[in-house]
Amino acid sequence: MIPAAPVPLRRSPALRTGLSIATAISLYGVSFGALSTAAGMTLWQTVALSALLFSGASQFAFIGILASGGTGAAALGAATLLSGRNTIYAVQMKALLNPRGFKRLAAAQLTIDESAAVAMSAPDPLERRRGFWGAGIACYLFWNLATVLGALLGDVIAEPEALGLDGAVVAAFLGLLWPRLKSLDAWALAVLAALVTTVTMPLLAPGIPVLAAAVVAVVWGLTSKGARS
Amino acid sequence: MSLWFWVLAACAAVYATKLLGYLVPQSWLVHPAVGRVSAMLTIGLLAALVAMNTFSAEASVTIDARLGALLAAALALLLRAPFIVVVLVGAGAAAGIRALG
Repeated sequence: MIPAAPVPLRRSPALRTGLSIATAISLYGVSFGALSTAAGMTLWQTVALSALLFSGASQFAFIGILASGGTGAAALGAATLLSGRNTIYAVQMKALLNPRGFKRLAAAQLTIDESAAVAMSAPDPLERRRGFWGAGIACYLFWNLATVLGALLGDVIAEPEALGLDGAVVAAFLGLLWPRLKSLDAWALAVLAALVTTVTMPLLAPGIPVLAAAVVAVVWGLTSKGARS
Repeated sequence: MSLWFWVLAACAAVYATKLLGYLVPQSWLVHPAVGRVSAMLTIGLLAALVAMNTFSAEASVTIDARLGALLAAALALLLRAPFIVVVLVGAGAAAGIRALG
């Protein structure tokens, strides 16, 4: 597809980043599988959520609401609301990658926090494409394998937190943001977006604070003059 | 049967939220402001993800070992550590802080 690749695929930084993130999230897949079956889902329903829904936060919300006695409609509503940010990622990915035909349908399924974040932080079109597909496919495979493992092993699983996996996820997203913080303008927006997210988290439904931060960023982009990045 | 209905409906609804973004007309994306807004949106979304993953708690916010992971990762980034090292430093910091109680 690309005539001259500057870096061979094996040494692609975006691909390596994608694989690191996929490894970090896979233990969450194990705990999702375990919690989902504990919440009363069958093995196949658990597998369906990871294979077909494939959006970690939405999946945890779905089973969490059912486990706490919520209705199926409430679980569906929360999962969908939490996936609102995927719509924004999808617009970004369309602008960056513009996949067509079957690839568009596949790209839509793989559009999640991790794949979008790796693609957005890559420096050029080739790396963006490698980052998106590499992170997306690796996350999909690892997440689904981990889900099955967790569903079969059940309660035997250690808490991912004990291994610091939640710290790994925080570090990964900071690592993706970091190269973008090259100007005072960028720092100011990042701090503001983080503040808006944190302040609205206790007030808004899960997933919505990220959308609030997105609105702030759009307004910032439209109003700031001479913004460079 | 009923649970299966909600599982599959949720799968379809979430897939629709993802596909929706790809159906935005290409002509909307060539406007000059889109490039700048897109760059700002990237920063805003990534910063929001950092904050959400650092401070999230059930229906609230909290400060715990993840803040230590954030600071340790920032230090690693200042020292120009490669991405995988940054991730491992984050994990090590969170696990270490918890182990020390």
